[in-house]
Amino acid sequence: MKTLDHVRETMRRDQVFDFVAEGRYPLSGFRHTVTPGEIDVSHGTILYVENVTVSFDGFKALNDLSLYIQDGELRCIIGPNGAGKTTMMDVITGKTRPDTGRVYLGQTIDLTRMNETEVAEAGVGRKFQKPTVFPEHTVFQNLELAMKTDKGAWTSLLAHLSAEQLDRIDEVMQLIGLTEQRGMQAKLLSHGQKQWLEIGMLLMHDPRVLLVDEPVAGMTHQEMDRTAELLTQLAGKHSVVVVEHDMDFVRSIARTVTVLHEGSVLAEGSMDDVQQDERVREVYLGS
Amino acid sequence: MLAKTLFKRLLQDDRGGDRMLTVLIAVLVVVPVLNLLVPEDSVFHLSTYTVTLLGKYLTFALLAIALDLVWGYCGILSLGHGAFFALGGYAMGMYLMRQIGERGVYGNPELPDFMVFLNWSELPWYWYGFDMFWFAMLMVALVPGLLAFVFGWLAFRSRVTGVYLSIITQALTYALLLAFFRNEMGFGGNNGLTDFKDILGFDLQSDVTRIVLFIASGLTLLGGYLLSRYIVDSKFGRVVIAIRDAEDRARFIGYNVEQYKLWIFVLSAVLAGIAGALYVPQVGIINPGEFSPLNSIELAIWVAIGGRGTLYGAVIGAILVNYAKTYFTGVIPEVWLFALGGLFVVVTLFLPRGLIGIFDKRRKRSREVQA
Repeated sequence: MKTLDHVRETMRRDQVFDFVAEGRYPLSGFRHTVTPGEIDVSHGTILYVENVTVSFDGFKALNDLSLYIQDGELRCIIGPNGAGKTTMMDVITGKTRPDTGRVYLGQTIDLTRMNETEVAEAGVGRKFQKPTVFPEHTVFQNLELAMKTDKGAWTSLLAHLSAEQLDRIDEVMQLIGLTEQRGMQAKLLSHGQKQWLEIGMLLMHDPRVLLVDEPVAGMTHQEMDRTAELLTQLAGKHSVVVVEHDMDFVRSIARTVTVLHEGSVLAEGSMDDVQQDERVREVYLGS
Repeated sequence: MLAKTLFKRLLQDDRGGDRMLTVLIAVLVVVPVLNLLVPEDSVFHLSTYTVTLLGKYLTFALLAIALDLVWGYCGILSLGHGAFFALGGYAMGMYLMRQIGERGVYGNPELPDFMVFLNWSELPWYWYGFDMFWFAMLMVALVPGLLAFVFGWLAFRSRVTGVYLSIITQALTYALLLAFFRNEMGFGGNNGLTDFKDILGFDLQSDVTRIVLFIASGLTLLGGYLLSRYIVDSKFGRVVIAIRDAEDRARFIGYNVEQYKLWIFVLSAVLAGIAGALYVPQVGIINPGEFSPLNSIELAIWVAIGGRGTLYGAVIGAILVNYAKTYFTGVIPEVWLFALGGLFVVVTLFLPRGLIGIFDKRRKRSREVQA
């Protein structure tokens, strides 16, 4: 009986389906509200990568890859070179279109139909391996420029920072630990500080999912520790996906580790479980 | 009072600009006094010729600011900015031509001399309205602005950058040069527009008019400087610098890079046009030579020598180089172009930040010594 009601409710002729609806309206019979553009994490999963295959000239960079990221999770992805880590990031951020498979942000947002800017707007931030910040601007100005506001030319000409925006900048600056470098030009920062600044710039956009590509490459040990601290702090409020080679670093932050190999998931679990896994040892050590 | 606080706020972190403008204001006060009040046989007397020369330098300084806005701040090296300067000059020249009226050689109250000479019977439609000062002033800003808008829209939308953009701006000014050389264009062909009599009813040859034009050039330079300073200090300016340093990154963050480039380019063209309009009544002629690609390249050299991305560096560069030009072409004319070229090479190799860079470095060193 209840199923029949659901069907009737869904098929009502005076309503449109939720994916074409303009505004917010409750669908009676469903447990929650669907709003276009809002990330629906009612099932606890924020990022769905399902059966994704990408091939370049016959070479399968991703082979039927399925991966689920929980809301607020900190996930590490490891794998030997050519395992498909970067391709996976490209697919999620809309840079590469998958041949088959689906990529969803929450229950409702199909990322495979969007371009890079739209994916960024939807709430997925990507940190590239090489830090790119605006060298001539100060730390403060870098964060200001990255702020989520109207980016039109005329608005910028008359723009003034509101108290809330100032607070937001200060908050992020504290989070990335660059409060003391507030007025310093970004080109004068150390390599590690630049990386943090770039993460901070992503945070100004308030992304729900943060994809971070090899954050500690080229960092000193102290910098690595601080990066670990920063990323663990971010988890919870954001979902963080880290691709990394450095095993010590992964061990220090990871709760769940996913091992990619030849374009699909080889193993998934805690760091210890994964390291015990025979196949993982084989892939990594060749023994 | 309000003006004073605004002044202070704009120049808060701009010590070079502050000094430069102080000197400018002092010059604007002292020069008229020396010209009008000091008797002619005194050593302190400044000839009207010198005043006009200085006025010309001031218009060049404004033109240099215009180029610095796009080149120093946005990284767009336009080698065709002379075209906007010349267009503004032509708009002013058209007004001055219409003011001649019956006093021309042929005494035609409606048609400028060169049109009578070409046997034209009536004024071409695009000369309508230029007998009114306000209309001519509107065109001074509008014509260069519109050209910059159309050109920039096409170029930036196609993501033409770097040296390719420089080349097509050269082509732009060269094309205009060829077009304005043609008699059929109706802008006086090879000879351009000249033989001006008066502006707003005042005799262009009189000392007082010259002084007023000089002061007007100075005040416009002051206004142009403050406007440019406001823009580069605003968030708009910071975005423009960000585009210069990391264009892709700026785009990725969500800025419409083309829009920003376009507006700074248009603004710069308008400033260049205004500079041209002030230049023409002081030198008394405008001809297609002003469109010459060489002029635009020379302009880039002024800015490079003064120092890019500081605004006041451009002003200093324009004035110094032009003073040197006046001096050298008077004393040893054949050396001038070599000197200019040599100066450019030296500055590019040893002073990437221009002459301004020397002072900045010295100040920084003295600060380090103190610390």
